[in-house]
Amino acid sequence: MRSPTPQTSRSKSPEAGRAIEHVSTVVVGAGHAGLAASHFLSDRSIDHLVLERGEVANSWRHERWDSLRLLTPNWLNRLPGYSYQGPDPDGYLTMGEVVEFIEHFAVASRAPVRTCTSVGSVRREADGYLVSTSRGDIRCRAVVLASGACNVPTVPSFSAELPASVEQLTPFDYRGPDQVSDGGVLVVGASATGVQLAAELQRSGRQVILAVGEHVRLPRVYRGRDVLWWMDASGVWDQRYDEVDDLTRARRLPSPQLVGTPERSTLDLNALTALGVELVGRLATVRDGCALFSGGLRNVCSLADLKMRRLLAGFDEWARTTGRAVEVGPPEEYVPTVVADSTRLRLDLRGGEVGTVVWATGFRPDYGWLDVPVVDEKGRLRHEGGVLDSPGLYALGLPLLRRRRSTFLSGIEDDARAVIDHLARDFAVRRA
Amino acid sequence: MSVTDNGVNVQALLDAREALKGAPEAAQFTWRASAKWENGVHSTTTIQNFFGLGKEQAHKTKTEFSADHPEVFAAEDNGITPIEYLLVGLASCLTAGVASVAQNRGIQLRSVESTVEGNHDIRGILGVDSDVRNGFNDVKVTFNIDADASKEDIQALVAQSQKRSAVFDALTNPTNVTVEVA
Repeated sequence: MRSPTPQTSRSKSPEAGRAIEHVSTVVVGAGHAGLAASHFLSDRSIDHLVLERGEVANSWRHERWDSLRLLTPNWLNRLPGYSYQGPDPDGYLTMGEVVEFIEHFAVASRAPVRTCTSVGSVRREADGYLVSTSRGDIRCRAVVLASGACNVPTVPSFSAELPASVEQLTPFDYRGPDQVSDGGVLVVGASATGVQLAAELQRSGRQVILAVGEHVRLPRVYRGRDVLWWMDASGVWDQRYDEVDDLTRARRLPSPQLVGTPERSTLDLNALTALGVELVGRLATVRDGCALFSGGLRNVCSLADLKMRRLLAGFDEWARTTGRAVEVGPPEEYVPTVVADSTRLRLDLRGGEVGTVVWATGFRPDYGWLDVPVVDEKGRLRHEGGVLDSPGLYALGLPLLRRRRSTFLSGIEDDARAVIDHLARDFAVRRA
Repeated sequence: MSVTDNGVNVQALLDAREALKGAPEAAQFTWRASAKWENGVHSTTTIQNFFGLGKEQAHKTKTEFSADHPEVFAAEDNGITPIEYLLVGLASCLTAGVASVAQNRGIQLRSVESTVEGNHDIRGILGVDSDVRNGFNDVKVTFNIDADASKEDIQALVAQSQKRSAVFDALTNPTNVTVEVA
């Protein structure tokens, strides 16, 4: 039996003379991660509240561009006790559909969400935490941080050196090509975001220059199956955080060059070149109004080609040894990334060739409201598989939190179960 | 199975990597060279001391490098051309990288040879055409590696050595350079 209504109680705060609410667990954020946490907390009859600064699935509603679709095919969209049941299992959800999917899950799991409630601070207290919100203070024994990994777009500091005549956009500002002035666009970064925006802007008739650093190349479909089917089925996604060689690096890996389209097309650098996009090296700095690009483009492309081939060879080996090869098509080969003999090293941003720079240079979480010393010097949470070094404090919904799968929607079920198990055990120990 | 030995103490490098994670200040090095004009375009540059791990350090011996220009430049050719020292730096840095990465990946090397070519349009330095740059137009490195590894693994070695190379970075990315008169 689920307990939809949190059994909260109120008492007078000695400091403020204002009512303080009590609940055993506070979940910060009502995205897929916070709602999954709520699902398992309800399963264990742990009273809790899910605090949400906006509405359920807020980032998906307000912090994404219009054409974005989920990178994972629909059949992979699993949340605890809830999966895609629509007519197009091989398709990719639009943002509106993602919001609906998460909203339905919130309703189905009867999560006690308090919307339009932003968290101002989380502080450690004697036997728990004091959570200050825009609607008053809450005392609790445990807090689950599920506020997302992409709260703020990261933009290099030399963006300040750009001439004022150049408009700068981040993926949070960008909605579609219509809002971008005519003329050339420099897109900085070649992760999923960068390649998708570069393709869309180039198709809209603007000349796009794409600055490419280290990136992850993947075909959308390999041997007739979605490349993420291979990740899922072959066990790549099951690799645990404590089995990964260089965890820091793996957690910071840019998102793969994928796009979810009805045609299931591949969007690697060769596809962009075919569209007319000009590839240049990583944007190293801006000096005297000129963007200076690295001359090392060929090597980052070689690295990505080699890593892709190694990954696909691993899939082939898995298919061969498990007898799955008969289910899929024959092995496929891909031409290496084509890099021009000489790529441009410098772009005069005052010359008018480029009117807009789009920073697709990644995102970071924002823990400015977390007054507990669990954040490292780079602003990332220090955690062991979602367990923080502060009793009763947990995290969910971060890249490679417990497994490679954690980065994706379908990874949340196992993560949330494990983290809430830990939380419940901790409660039991503390009670004993 | 034989133990890979390319003569690189990878364990020491991995230990240093771990130790410096918590001590970024110890990781700050300053490399120094002192140059002296001889005559004409001939100069001698000496290197011995550097700073690192929080204190002054020194190479075991002092090394002197002569630089000059060839006779086709109407010079005396007392040493290699300064821009050729960049080729020395790039080749030796990538080679060191190949050996280190191979050691770390358990790949036994038998021989590693490379040629480095820098294409240079000297109209830039002579001021013939202001649209021509002074430095290299492009640089090409070709490796010949004999090792216990597949072609693909060797390609990955060379790619990784570029990724971790100081000189590759210094040549491919801009660096702020300040030149002052003391």
